[in-house]
Amino acid sequence: MTAVTDTTHHDDHRHGPAKGLMRWVLTTNHKDIGSMYLWFSFAMFLTGGAMAMIIRAELFQPGLQIVEPAFFNQMTTMHGLIMVFGAVMPAFVGLANWMIPMMIGAPDMALPRMNNWSFWILPFAAVMLVSTLFMEGGGPNFGWTFYAPLSTDFAPPSTTFFIFAIHMLGISSIMGAINIIATILNLRAPGMTMMKMPLFVWTWLITAYLLIAVMPVLAGAVTMMLMDIHFGTSFFNAGGGGDPVLFQHIFWFFGHPEVYIMILPSFGIVSAILPAFARKPLFGYTSMVYAVASIAFLSFIVWAHHMFTVGIPLVGELFFMYATMLIAVPTGVKVFNWVSTMFRGSMTFETPMLFSIAFVVLFTIGGFSGLMLSIAPADFQYHDTYFVVAHFHYVLVPGAIFAIFAATYYWLPKWTGHMYDETLAKTHFWMSFIGMNLTFFPMHFIGLAGMPRRIPDYALQFADFNMIASIGGFMFGVTQFLFLFIVIKCIKGGEKAEAKPWDGADGLEWSLPSPAPYHTFTTPPDVK
Amino acid sequence: MMLLHTPALFHSIAERASNMKSASKLKTLFFLRLGWLVGLTGTFVSGSALADWTVNMTEGVTAVSRSVYSLHMIIFLICVVIGVLVFGVMFYSILVHRKSKGAVPQQFHESTLVEVLWTTVPFLILVGMAIPATKTLIDIYNTDESEVDIKITGYQWKWQYEYVGEGVSFFSSLNTPREQIQNSRIKNPNYLLEVDEPLVLPVGKKVRFLVTAADVIHSWWVPAFAVKRDAIPGFINEAWTKIERPGIYRGQCAELCGKDHGFMPIVVDVRSEEDYAKWLVERKEAAAKERMILEEDWPMDRLMTTGKKVYEKTCAVCHQVNGQGMPPIFPALKGADLVVDKARVGDHVDILMNGIKGTAMQSFANQLNEAEIAAVITYERNAWGNNTGEMVTPKEILNYRKNGKYTPDPDNKTVTPFVNTKQAGL
Repeated sequence: MTAVTDTTHHDDHRHGPAKGLMRWVLTTNHKDIGSMYLWFSFAMFLTGGAMAMIIRAELFQPGLQIVEPAFFNQMTTMHGLIMVFGAVMPAFVGLANWMIPMMIGAPDMALPRMNNWSFWILPFAAVMLVSTLFMEGGGPNFGWTFYAPLSTDFAPPSTTFFIFAIHMLGISSIMGAINIIATILNLRAPGMTMMKMPLFVWTWLITAYLLIAVMPVLAGAVTMMLMDIHFGTSFFNAGGGGDPVLFQHIFWFFGHPEVYIMILPSFGIVSAILPAFARKPLFGYTSMVYAVASIAFLSFIVWAHHMFTVGIPLVGELFFMYATMLIAVPTGVKVFNWVSTMFRGSMTFETPMLFSIAFVVLFTIGGFSGLMLSIAPADFQYHDTYFVVAHFHYVLVPGAIFAIFAATYYWLPKWTGHMYDETLAKTHFWMSFIGMNLTFFPMHFIGLAGMPRRIPDYALQFADFNMIASIGGFMFGVTQFLFLFIVIKCIKGGEKAEAKPWDGADGLEWSLPSPAPYHTFTTPPDVK
Repeated sequence: MMLLHTPALFHSIAERASNMKSASKLKTLFFLRLGWLVGLTGTFVSGSALADWTVNMTEGVTAVSRSVYSLHMIIFLICVVIGVLVFGVMFYSILVHRKSKGAVPQQFHESTLVEVLWTTVPFLILVGMAIPATKTLIDIYNTDESEVDIKITGYQWKWQYEYVGEGVSFFSSLNTPREQIQNSRIKNPNYLLEVDEPLVLPVGKKVRFLVTAADVIHSWWVPAFAVKRDAIPGFINEAWTKIERPGIYRGQCAELCGKDHGFMPIVVDVRSEEDYAKWLVERKEAAAKERMILEEDWPMDRLMTTGKKVYEKTCAVCHQVNGQGMPPIFPALKGADLVVDKARVGDHVDILMNGIKGTAMQSFANQLNEAEIAAVITYERNAWGNNTGEMVTPKEILNYRKNGKYTPDPDNKTVTPFVNTKQAGL
């Protein structure tokens, strides 16, 4: 720490960004790596999005029109995997890289070389994952949840590559998480106590612990699959004394905390933006921290609510139902806090605020359907229908994705030194908002009416709502090119951004000039 | 698209209307509440009746399905009330507390009383919700004292129904014609929700389902009964129902189970007790007749005709009607070494009887009878220009079952190369 702090002016000319491509390959700078994570995430977002477009095109009307069922299954699988592991998770790591050091007054991440490595594993893992689509027999076609034995005894040969890609993605995530924990626990500026940290830092700290706890579990699950496929073991094969349900228990022990990994940082982002544009402090900082911690704890004891129909015993079923219902309490606390923060504030509605408000409303709707799903007897009707698809898209699209958009618009002036084009950004918001609701709201209806998920063709009574969902989906998809345009335009130029472009914003990052210099806080700031 | 479907939709409306005579007031309320979406999107598709836009869960025809439905409606209404309150405060703030209206930000934060309240009140609501949910769940798990036991086995991509203790067992698979799926013909009203042989059940009796699978995990779901149970290889799950009204009830597989997951529907034909008893007697007689067929004479052309039927119903889904398969997952049979090499008849029989472990090729020993297995092997060895002229007889398969290995029957004289271009589809 001291070595870093007392050599500021020497470093300026030696440690500026290198020229050319090697700057990006060799960089250990948290801002460079953060940018790479964000660009990678956006590329994956478009890739996974293109697959969603194929899915929605096939489901535009009944009958098989565009793709065969075998390929359709590959699309649903890859869409899920790419969005989860390629788009949402790296985007949050990118934001963490950019913002955490600036928020806690640190000069960089604690482990900069590992930071470089954990990013550069990603593109290779992603390329390997996507390349399976071009292999003989096609890519993974067993859903992003890859239940055995469909993903072992009955899987295409490319599954081995899928397993390796998952291993690499997992290693990258674990390294990213270790780095974030090490940074937050060790590099806070003097005076930045834990309970003074911005909520984005808090939520990421908790997320990072979740990652370290569950990514090895996922690695274990895919390794057991690998053994079953190639080495004659029978972990998940009942014929050999194994247990297909064991796979689901292991997967969801990873999978449920995983869904909170994708939402907790969003809580942090929204908790920064709402007070900024309401010009009023967050209503209950302490209770927000405790709520996030409780949600994280509960996420470990609710996994079997994904498995209400597999035939777990009554007592188990009741336990998981009660535990799941409990999650509504801390989640409610968060929503009430956000609303109370807005209440009696002095609000303006710039794009980050719009996305954050949409987050609160739509995420809450996703929470409501989650509460409905937690009622085990009702879940017998909801399970594996489009109602579930509607639920998790409501928590992931306006939850994770809208929060990422909000964060991007909020901090873009700090990153680029320019203001983004507000009119275009608002267009982006409204198009996304309408498109998203048009896509996913009707899915509640077709799910309740009885349409199972993951089917390439459907009975006639589902036709009308499916067509609407597809139209909404295309609208949402096309709109994202506008986002790309807005970001590029903002990088290239635009109105000069002040150090603190949002008058209600709070935090150390706004004490730095815009754009943020390549090296920041080489001398720790004073935190009051 | 709408032109194509309009007649079909009217049929499905009629059927649904007859299935749900007692659509409750709550349901109407739900319709109204969500009517905005109908209004919003009605412009896209003109001329379709309101009933097309099914927006809610079915109440179903069993006591369990009704209590599930009411749980669903209660929790939904709780969510609506909370939503109206929370969003009400929020939109009020958005409208009133804006800078453009000169709102001055207050600086209040933290209030122990408020925070304790908004933690405990939701908790109490949840407790109130958990009580009826627990009751229903206990009811769902009570599979005692069943009067009829049905063993359900999921296969890729069909269902097998076994009437335990009655000696009746059959497969039930999709019978929507391929042309309708490929959009070259107008779709039936029950497009993708129709099967060749429905499960027949008696009304008013407690029926227990023993659910399992032969290959991957499936899930047997009929919304009108609120029964959804995963069919897991190596496990037997229990579920039960007691249906109150005769009628046809439809459902689908609810767990991704491979390529044709979307094409393995469930149809349950619920009949009065007398009709059910009559049907069961007929089924038993038919089963006896089937056993007789084995003793009959099976000349080449009969094997080929039956074989073609069996092939197209059972094998073509993977190996394709033209025998070319979808390599590498589903290998071609046309010209394949296994199928044309005279020395490998035994292997061919082995694979059909036992499947190939670790692949999608399953065992058909319990899915097809001896005559059907013999016929389909004969067909595969002679169709699509394979023309081996070889014949496998039901008797040989019967012997295979007894001895566990294939031995050619000395009475089975292989005929001269057989080319029936019409049957072989050339």
